[in-house]
Amino acid sequence: MSDLALTLLRLGFLILLWVGVFAIIGVLSRDLRAPRDAKPAGMPPAIAAAPPTPQSKQSAKAPRATKRKRGAPTMLVVTEGALSGTVVPLGSAPITMGRASDSTLVLDDDYASNRHARLYPHEGKWIVEDLGSTNGTWIERTRITSPTVIPNNVPLKVGRSTMELRR
Amino acid sequence: MSVPTELPAWQPTRRNAEAGLLVVALVIGLAAWANVDLVMLGELSPTFTVFAIVVIALAIVAHLGVRFAATYADPVLLPAVFMLNLLGLTMIHRLDLGEDVRAISNGTATPSPDVTTQLTWTALGAALFLLTLLVVRDHRRLQRYTYTSLFIGLLLLVLPLAPGIGATINGATLWVRVGPFSFQPAELAKILLTIFFAGYLVVKKDSLALVRTKVLGLELPRGRDLGPLLVAWLVSLGVLVFERDLGTSLLFFGLFVGMLYIATQRISWVVLGGLLFIAGSFGAYFAFNHVRVRVQVWLDPFAYQSEQGYQIVQSIFGLSSGGLLGSGWGQGFPLFVPYAKSDFIISAFGEELGYTGLAAILMLYAIIVTRGMRASVACRDPFGTLVAAGLSIVLALQVFVVVGGVTRLIPLTGLTTPFLAAGGSALIANWIMIALLLRISDTSRRPDAIVLSPDDALTQVMRL
Repeated sequence: MSDLALTLLRLGFLILLWVGVFAIIGVLSRDLRAPRDAKPAGMPPAIAAAPPTPQSKQSAKAPRATKRKRGAPTMLVVTEGALSGTVVPLGSAPITMGRASDSTLVLDDDYASNRHARLYPHEGKWIVEDLGSTNGTWIERTRITSPTVIPNNVPLKVGRSTMELRR
Repeated sequence: MSVPTELPAWQPTRRNAEAGLLVVALVIGLAAWANVDLVMLGELSPTFTVFAIVVIALAIVAHLGVRFAATYADPVLLPAVFMLNLLGLTMIHRLDLGEDVRAISNGTATPSPDVTTQLTWTALGAALFLLTLLVVRDHRRLQRYTYTSLFIGLLLLVLPLAPGIGATINGATLWVRVGPFSFQPAELAKILLTIFFAGYLVVKKDSLALVRTKVLGLELPRGRDLGPLLVAWLVSLGVLVFERDLGTSLLFFGLFVGMLYIATQRISWVVLGGLLFIAGSFGAYFAFNHVRVRVQVWLDPFAYQSEQGYQIVQSIFGLSSGGLLGSGWGQGFPLFVPYAKSDFIISAFGEELGYTGLAAILMLYAIIVTRGMRASVACRDPFGTLVAAGLSIVLALQVFVVVGGVTRLIPLTGLTTPFLAAGGSALIANWIMIALLLRISDTSRRPDAIVLSPDDALTQVMRL
């Protein structure tokens, strides 16, 4: 075999090898981006719809950042309990809390129920709804019985955790 | 508790991306084999067809298996592993051809090709890969076998010492030989011990992480919590003393310290482990001649270049003649290095593919390890997190110890290069490890996450 052919084979294989490595890296980077992307095209419509909250229409059409009202809270801060110090940024999506591992805020707390409470935005305010928990959801000293607006900087108690909304 | 994130309701399965990458891996493997044949024989060897049929069949079966049994698993793990395995097979085939040339010029009989054996082991590895995916439908089931795997793992570790079946090859008592088959049980033990460490640490991590006393500004665990670390250390030293195997000993201790750190997130365990490691290394250096020889050869291989240092010196010459771009498949002289097919396959790659090719191979390892760690981070149960992290640590440590040894960064120890080196037991064990990583990544990427068992416990009523 001629020297030229040998050199071409030698360099060609190295290029092929790196093309393979970059192909893997390409898939990898798309994979890292995927969860952050907006809903993918082939998404089944049944799952694509927002979770069936009373406010589903609201959250479906919310271009949130632009329409945020002044005084609206931007984060949920856990002040007491195992997760103390955790900050959950508030977007347009509802927040679920409970011991179930698919909750937004997974409470490792024997006094919290699996699906304890849900927080969702409604007209710039955040509403808390108890999901039939054993020990209840409390705003200050009151156990809530129906979806209630959470004022800013007021303690919300779920199990042994306390949290509040802050701007 | 990790940072709370919103889980997307829908996840792509990425199986088609995996299929595409497998095709790329096959193209690279077949191109490499054809390249070797064209350069060394001037035509395609008859084994090319066999090789092509077998590996294409394996790729299809493995892919379909993942598609069926681990639909949401990581898309890049399998192709990266496949690419490495094909490159390893090709290099062994190339060294077989080199040995044939040498045998003909010496006038001796040509040795039987090792690549057929390795291809059989690959098929067996892929079969066990599928079997693991099918049998272990939920990795959390493995937690039940925490102490069973400890028992079997330790048994496998000491099996080579048993009279009658144990065999000493090249100074290390690592093999079990039954009839014509020889096997290194320590390779399977590393999986079982990872499972044990994970199951044990899940239960014990709170007391290992929280209870501590402060000494010299460093938070140290209580004396009695040190027990497991000391036991792991003693077992590792035992492997070193009785089986004279530096690599396995290092691997187990590194694995345990790494997993302790991940479970407790306390740097003090790493400091303690490091101190024990230094103490053990110094002790071994002064107590055992074979360790001392390894270190001396590492420090000055050229002083021993015609005896114990011959292998490492040849390996360094090989790497340097490979240079940046390598000599090309079939155009170097990797057979000057003894054990080029197994322990020193990395130097054969360095010589023929150069730094560029070796860097690509190391990239593939880096991708596999980071994807394993990614599966660990994304996993939602502590046991799975620890198993995935442990398996990634095992792979990373093996690559570091082998490549470091061959390039004279650290003293040479006997560990196999995962997926590349000739050797059936390591290949099979590594395929099983990849199956477990895929299983864990499948569970964590699956959108309809199965609710964890602790959630089923009753909520206690609060007295207010």
